[in-house]
Amino acid sequence: MSFIRTGIERSDGARLAMPAAIRSEGTRLVRAGFIPLVDASVLIAAAEFGFAAREGIQLDLVKDVSWANIRDRLAFRQFDIAHMLAPMPVASALGLGSNPSPVITPFSLGRGGNAITLSVQLYRRMQAKAGLTGHEDALANAKALKLVIEEMREKGEALPVLGMTYPFSSHNYELRYWLAAGGIHPDHDVKLVVVPPPMTSDALSAGAIDGFCVGAPWNMVAVARDVGRIVAVKEDIWPSSPEKVIGMRPEWAAQNPEILSRLLVALDRAAAWCDVSDNRSELGHVLAEPRYLDAPFDIVHRVLLGRFTTDPDGTDRTVPEYFSFHREGANFPWISQAQWIFSQMVRWGQVAYSPETSQQVSSAFRPDLYRHALGPRSDIPSDDLRIEGNATDDGFIDGAVFDPQRIAGYLQGFDIASLDTRSVAPNEI
Amino acid sequence: MKAALSIMIFDENRIRASIIEEGLREAGHDQVVVLNDIVGLARQIEVISPDVIVIDIETPNRDMLEHLFQLTRSVRKPIAMFVDRSDSSSIEAAVEAGVSAYVVDGLKKERVKPILDMAVSRFKAFSRLQQELADAKSALEERKIIERAKGILMKSRKLSEDEAYALLRQTAMNEKKKLADIAQSVVMAAAILGS
Repeated sequence: MSFIRTGIERSDGARLAMPAAIRSEGTRLVRAGFIPLVDASVLIAAAEFGFAAREGIQLDLVKDVSWANIRDRLAFRQFDIAHMLAPMPVASALGLGSNPSPVITPFSLGRGGNAITLSVQLYRRMQAKAGLTGHEDALANAKALKLVIEEMREKGEALPVLGMTYPFSSHNYELRYWLAAGGIHPDHDVKLVVVPPPMTSDALSAGAIDGFCVGAPWNMVAVARDVGRIVAVKEDIWPSSPEKVIGMRPEWAAQNPEILSRLLVALDRAAAWCDVSDNRSELGHVLAEPRYLDAPFDIVHRVLLGRFTTDPDGTDRTVPEYFSFHREGANFPWISQAQWIFSQMVRWGQVAYSPETSQQVSSAFRPDLYRHALGPRSDIPSDDLRIEGNATDDGFIDGAVFDPQRIAGYLQGFDIASLDTRSVAPNEI
Repeated sequence: MKAALSIMIFDENRIRASIIEEGLREAGHDQVVVLNDIVGLARQIEVISPDVIVIDIETPNRDMLEHLFQLTRSVRKPIAMFVDRSDSSSIEAAVEAGVSAYVVDGLKKERVKPILDMAVSRFKAFSRLQQELADAKSALEERKIIERAKGILMKSRKLSEDEAYALLRQTAMNEKKKLADIAQSVVMAAAILGS
């Protein structure tokens, strides 16, 4: 995939033009694995619209089918970098998963993109039970689901089966967060299974699952096929919630400091370009192609603009910030966000808490590499950690606030959790 | 005498799975189970408790396995093949061939390696066969199109079969193109011009 679009003229004078000059000498090949999802946009735009080429990088994109493959092919050196779930570098720093080899991330691919969809049948039952009109917020929907689950229990019916994408995924933690905010215990009141995103609509219509949390465009696809009802988007749960990142082996980063810096410059420019709403039609056309998402342009484009049809009955919803590829430091790899991911891993018993394990996590996110390549710049934070969820427009769905320095106390605040009994009790710290 | 290894093959391609199974049985492994469908996989793993799971990496269902293993609290938690990476060339060969494996932690590598090597070579042989089949098919298509182009030339230019063929070949040489491409153009032109 080396063909490059350049010099496309815009009559409306878009704020950001694509790069015109291409640095040809010393071009370096960087092989990048990706999963066909809208949140791979920045990586795809860097390769397709000349941003990588201008930095002397030939970005070879390789489509893959599973996160386990992405992880292994990065570890086994088939890829230099990869589109990854933000929790994957954290999991490998903790030695979790079946092949925990070291991975770091110096760059986040932006915010947004996920949603939670339930089967139309289940949602109609929630409407009948809780009197939902169709315009309630995500928390009200979770509480309505709780009422239905209680009824299912009383009647001895099978509990809902919900799909997500990977044990160490934003989807797993967001789905669990949403359920728990509504009073539903994700390990006792529902059954969570893994369903590959492109199969979610089929699984829903076949009745194999009753809902799922995956990235775009698969939620919208389920609604378009009249089988799904969107009940929450990522922004409803926590707008700043980390999503996908660029992962790499730490020794690759150490051996190729100059390539890494050029790569981050290319990704930064590509991200800024993707953020301009006038560019999203062009971006959508490329994403929709068979070699990338292989999905209908119309759906991809509407997802990029945050214009949802949430229900097959035609109910609409607009989420203007559904995808933030660059603005407000969307690419900055906050260590506090790695720590938040860690806190969720502890909350759901994937790992036991101790101050030492918390320390290990910080090495996975590398804001120092981001600053080195792109700074100094006024929009780059000078801190690596911050209190998460306390800005007015950036709250968690349940009103909790995350202080990365006080993880144990934060976890104590949750009534619903599956803590590993080996976790160091908060009062012992 | 070591206990026999229990091996599970998960491959949605039935033919390839049976080729690997056959190879393993020939090599003296008699505890081999083949699964082609994700439905019921979790239960099968629980019941059979395999020492080695050989899996086709083209299936997106690999992430489901990762989830299953994460839920397993037992000591028999499988790991992706050779996490210590001490034998990088055979791992590369496996990934290139499109096969991966999960191995019960603690199992000696010497016992697993021949199984993987077998799976890798059979995966490669299978894709070679597929390529040959695809090549044969396209060769057949090319022959058909050349026959049709010859027929068109014979009719419209009143040529003999040999003359028609010679004309096609000469044109291909002059244009530095493949014979089949020229033949394709002739057939297309005839279709457009309605001759």
